[in-house]
Amino acid sequence: MDLKTLRELNEARAARRAAILLTDLADGSARVIHEGEEVAGELSSAIAKTFRSGVSGTVEADGRSWFLNAHLPPPRIVVIGAVHISQALAPMARLAGYDLEVIDPRTAFATPERFEGVTLFADWPETVLKERPLDAYCALAAVTHDPKIDDFALKAALDAGCFYVGALGSRKTHAKRVERLAALGASEAQIARVKAPIGLDIGAASPAEIAVAVLAQIIGAFRSRGLAGRGAA
Amino acid sequence: MDIASTPEANLDPLAIAERWKAAGRDVALATVVETWGSAPRPVGSHLVIDADGNFHGSVSGGCVEGAVVAEAVDVIGSGSPRMLEFGVADETAWRVGLSCGGRIKVYVERLA
Repeated sequence: MDLKTLRELNEARAARRAAILLTDLADGSARVIHEGEEVAGELSSAIAKTFRSGVSGTVEADGRSWFLNAHLPPPRIVVIGAVHISQALAPMARLAGYDLEVIDPRTAFATPERFEGVTLFADWPETVLKERPLDAYCALAAVTHDPKIDDFALKAALDAGCFYVGALGSRKTHAKRVERLAALGASEAQIARVKAPIGLDIGAASPAEIAVAVLAQIIGAFRSRGLAGRGAA
Repeated sequence: MDIASTPEANLDPLAIAERWKAAGRDVALATVVETWGSAPRPVGSHLVIDADGNFHGSVSGGCVEGAVVAEAVDVIGSGSPRMLEFGVADETAWRVGLSCGGRIKVYVERLA
């Protein structure tokens, strides 16, 4: 590998963009493959698989031996709403290997006592997300029920291409939300990406069960990235 | 944001490799490319080494780093990449190995 290639790789990592460093093990020549880039030949399916799984490894293709080193940004779950569901979701997400942060401007909800050891922002999503922008390796779960807190974050998540966007609320609540998101300039295709009611349909009733349903849906979306085309998860 | 300027970069071998090379040092990069059985560091882990034998990162839990560093200094000299393989320490008691019982393959290359 040369310095130019290393710089390109480090830039992608710093910007939380998925990349694979492809090394020809015979001569050490290397190049950076960015997610979404077309690759010809036998390597193409191995590259797609590596982007999905994030597992690095050696493959034989086109009569050569290659090492594919996957550099995927760690997936981050951004929860809008310091509610009971989020209290259950935070430790579950940690166990599953996902970073999680909670944003809620209502200081009565967003207290360190209720969220011990959790990255917590007692501020408006508008303010927090400006400092910590969403990206394709973020999942956004909006669970406040309050449009003036949830809506901005949902629109921001759709614009950022988050791999998962979910919102709490009944179908009736969601119908109104669809109108508001459209008014904010979201396209029909964007709005169709919002999982609402949030979570897998497992009949979840308690806050902890809803958290399981949400986390499972997030994992499903993350692990199927690229299978159904980008943005479809 | 430049990765070489973040606090995490202090421990990030690829950021260190970039910094060292940009500062004019001769640098080698060692990468775990295959593991079998119980291996302490996953495939993709890095160790960065300079011509004086300074290093950062890890390709094992400290078992074989010394040997990799020595080989890396040779690779910096010759410029040709090398594939190293390490197995269980007991098999070859006079050589370094992995006490955990696994085997690893480490690719060592000079950063051009």
